[in-house]
Amino acid sequence: MSFSTRLHNNAIGWLLPALVIAGWEVASRAGVMPANVLPAPSAVAEAFWRLTLSGELIRNIGVSTARALAGFAVGGSIGFALGLANGLSTLSRGLTDTTLQMIRNIPHLALIPLVILWFGIDEEAKLFLVALGVFFPIYVNTLLGIQSVDPQLVEMGRVYGMDRRALFFRVILPGALPAIFVGLRYALGIMWLTLIVAETISASSGLGYMAMQAREFLLIDVVVLSILIYALLGKLADSLARLLERLSLGWHPAFQNG
Amino acid sequence: MTAASLTAARSFVATPVRPIGSVEGQRAFAFRQAGKRFGDKTVLDGIDLDVPAGQFLAVIGKSGCGKSTLLRLLAGLDRPTSGSLTFGVAEEGHSRTRFMFQEPRLLPWASVVKNVEVGLTGIASGAEARQCALDILGEVGLADRADEWPSVLSGGQKQRVALARALVGHPQILALDEPLGALDALTRIEMQQLLERIWIAQKFTAVLVTHDVAEAVALADRVVVISEGRIALDLDVPVERPRRRGSVELARLEGKILDRLFG
Ligand SMILES: Nc1ncnc2c1ncn2[C@@H]1O[C@H](COP(=O)(O)OP(=O)(O)O)[C@@H](O)[C@H]1O
Ligand SMILES: [Mg+2]
Repeated sequence: MSFSTRLHNNAIGWLLPALVIAGWEVASRAGVMPANVLPAPSAVAEAFWRLTLSGELIRNIGVSTARALAGFAVGGSIGFALGLANGLSTLSRGLTDTTLQMIRNIPHLALIPLVILWFGIDEEAKLFLVALGVFFPIYVNTLLGIQSVDPQLVEMGRVYGMDRRALFFRVILPGALPAIFVGLRYALGIMWLTLIVAETISASSGLGYMAMQAREFLLIDVVVLSILIYALLGKLADSLARLLERLSLGWHPAFQNG
Repeated sequence: MTAASLTAARSFVATPVRPIGSVEGQRAFAFRQAGKRFGDKTVLDGIDLDVPAGQFLAVIGKSGCGKSTLLRLLAGLDRPTSGSLTFGVAEEGHSRTRFMFQEPRLLPWASVVKNVEVGLTGIASGAEARQCALDILGEVGLADRADEWPSVLSGGQKQRVALARALVGHPQILALDEPLGALDALTRIEMQQLLERIWIAQKFTAVLVTHDVAEAVALADRVVVISEGRIALDLDVPVERPRRRGSVELARLEGKILDRLFG
């Protein structure tokens, strides 16, 4: 696909949101949509400008992003490490997989009351929840990816004298990468979702806190703004993951000529 | 030549049909009363096979008779459960045994030239490896595809890359497990000619497992038929190269082998 048609396809994706926003603005101005139910897009834009000038918005986005990334780094790296270990060693898998699959069946958000009891409403509580939420998709997909590596390729690598290190980096890891990326993108979604819930329930800073404060003061434009920013951050994370995926899976037929 | 002289039992001093420069008279490998069991299933039993360096040996047999098992023993992927396998002297700068599988088994995430470089694992790396890989790709006629992904190549081209990967380390022994079985008839003949040309140029010992009797007599110096885990026939193919496919001589040998397989 040429650059211009790709641009064209991207542009077409934005057409519907633009139409929805235009319709929404018209409906608000015509009084069809009362401002205390849903403020006009222009009012939300104004709130955005106001909070940007005061620095409040940037600060809260920064706090939320830092939490999200910290939780992701902790949960993601443990999940990745365990996925690798259990994919490569039957002993390790025998030892831990059943336990992990059992824990996986508990929705991590159901732990919120317990987590508040353990950690209060401090940073640790949010870090723990995000890390737990991110852990499973990364773990499950890394394990799956390694288990699905073509054993014929592994045998080929052995026959051609690759040592364990070369076998891992040249055969097993690249073979597992498509599945790992599926896990990564799924985990990024869970990361934001968990953070929204955690910040809404208990926080003294961050986007969720900003939204809850605004609710108390009936600043509905700020509430809507927070929701939109969550959506944008989620989209940004997903786009970054897709870009990374395209760059590293260039060999994959699904990413060729795309 | 009489039929009897063709089937004469092999001895240690097998004379190669083709003179082989430096390696003449040396042995590539020898199985002595070698056997392989999986559990209580005997797959190979009492295999005696002495192969001089530089010989082109074809191994034929019905499906499940143990041909792949024999190659796996040769490539060191498995060990014989009885008897022994010994190799001739290792030569400087040569990998000992290379294996070509029925499937190309290329790494989809590595370019064609990088796939060929896999054959130099532990032998060469970096720019040197790349140059060797490009040279051998030229020999199999794929120099211009070096930087493409394997997924864009045809089946025959993938198998040529696999051949280049097997040969780039200059193996002393090349074991081929029905490598052309999945190709269409015309591509197969092209690949057979390529294989023969490279074998003549590089002077390695070739062990080709095939289910195609015509392919065996067209390419090999010697054909071994395996049946029920034993060597049922050991036949020289004393026909000058280049050989003409479909010649009376080859057809006669082919008939002899088929008789043995189905007689
Ligand atoms: N790893 C194994 N474990 C058990 N049986 C095996 C194994 N490998 C091969 N066999 C058996 O050995 C026999 C010969 O197999 P193989 O050498 O692959 O035959 P072929 O001549 O078709 O290449 C078959 O019956 C197969 O089932
Ligand atoms: Mg086989």
